[in-house]
Amino acid sequence: MVRFEDVWLKYRNTARAGAPAKDVLRAISFEIPDGGFRWLTGPSGAGKTSLLKLIYLAEHPASGLIEILGTRAANISRREAALLRRRIGVVYQDFRLLPQLSAYDNVALPMRLARRGEAQITADVTEILRWVGLEDRLHARPDELSGGAQQRIAIARAVVGRPKLLVADEPTGNLDDEQAQRLMLLITALNRLGTTVVVATHNMALVERYPAPKLRIEDGKLVQNG
Amino acid sequence: MARRDDLGLRAALADRLLPVLVAAMSFLAALGLAGTLASASLAASWQAQANETLTIQVPQSGDPDATGKTTRLEAVQAALAKIPGVANPQVMSQADENALLTPWLGEDATQLGLQMPGVLTASWAGPGSPDALGEALDVIAPGTLVDAGAIWAARVAALTGSLQDCAAVVLIIVALVAAAVVAVAARAGLAQRRETITIVHGLGALDGDIASRFASRATVLVAMGAVAGTVAALPVLAWLASLAAPFAGQMASGGGTLFNLPTPLWFTLPLLPMAAAGIGWLTAQLTVRGWLRSLP
Repeated sequence: MVRFEDVWLKYRNTARAGAPAKDVLRAISFEIPDGGFRWLTGPSGAGKTSLLKLIYLAEHPASGLIEILGTRAANISRREAALLRRRIGVVYQDFRLLPQLSAYDNVALPMRLARRGEAQITADVTEILRWVGLEDRLHARPDELSGGAQQRIAIARAVVGRPKLLVADEPTGNLDDEQAQRLMLLITALNRLGTTVVVATHNMALVERYPAPKLRIEDGKLVQNG
Repeated sequence: MARRDDLGLRAALADRLLPVLVAAMSFLAALGLAGTLASASLAASWQAQANETLTIQVPQSGDPDATGKTTRLEAVQAALAKIPGVANPQVMSQADENALLTPWLGEDATQLGLQMPGVLTASWAGPGSPDALGEALDVIAPGTLVDAGAIWAARVAALTGSLQDCAAVVLIIVALVAAAVVAVAARAGLAQRRETITIVHGLGALDGDIASRFASRATVLVAMGAVAGTVAALPVLAWLASLAAPFAGQMASGGGTLFNLPTPLWFTLPLLPMAAAGIGWLTAQLTVRGWLRSLP
């Protein structure tokens, strides 16, 4: 379950000392049950990425309660936070692949962090790379791949560990229609297997094609929940 | 985290500058360590020699003593022979006395017509201090002076103690500088791999995992540098040991070979790379863990 209760997020104004912090998210409250799916929509700059960062523990809220997969995010130790992050798959808007690693090693990284066995890593990474259509580019480094291929690696990395929660920020932004369809099949399959999913997107055609409850944010406020 | 260079630390923690700087530090540390051991050894040797040597000056040594049966010098020598703890009292020969005085009075001091005291040497092997000897001998030959060597021993002890303190300070400073060098290198590596570490942190890497990767890399580089610096110091230490040999009562071999190095140094020098590696590991761990605190 993902639960937000009156969550505020403020960013410090680093350009001017002493300036008041800016409210990025204001009084956000919602709940996504285990195995739920939510589209996260809203105009650019509304706070979608900031909301996702709170979900995948990359930001601390200024106030409010956040509960992720049954764990209250406030006051957990750094070790507990790291272990919780391993249960969350994240597809970043800017991919965030490690440039010195091959496609295979990028995808294998979360499993290695979780100290899975190499046999299982080989099987799962090969399978997921085949699913995203990159089985012939295992040894390519990110800078040798197109933007779309990099995005598919980022998606493969996010889902390879079968996360309990999948958070995706514009996951289809660099994909053609066929690849986007393929990705949505993968995400909905994971969702059917029990993974809670939150996908931020501008692609309203995709939202209409895969109907699900929406969280809509405008100017840092949640204006639609359901 | 898997045992592979996922963080790209081989490139981020350069394998040239850090080992070279640590090698220089280890070279200095080896000299400091050798200085500590050498001063301790010399102190022990000199103090033992100074403590056991007695020098007794008897004025008007040729005059008869109170009994009129013998000279003052012979009376003092006979008295010394009977005192417990005093061994082998000997009258210093005229030639030895001249040799002692030559630096101050020239080749033949006896030609100057000065009234020279008779000099006796003896060894002190008794318990405690020979301070009471002077009073006992003054009764037999008034004006007799006893130089027990304790004052010199105390001065030697103070001097060598200071040398040891200086060497210890040098070692501490070298260790601190080495730690600072590792911290700067680790910070540079962190700055270079900031994006990578942020990603790995976001994927669920523990602080300890990331810090251990940096610490392992830093330890290898520091150990390499420390071994190189220590080995480079060996010929210098051998040369210094050959120069210092006469002061320790040994014959200088003149060769400056590694055989001149005192045995304790052979046991302690290998500890330098180990200590340096330990400093590198600890410093990298603390630096990286401190930096990671800035991440959520």
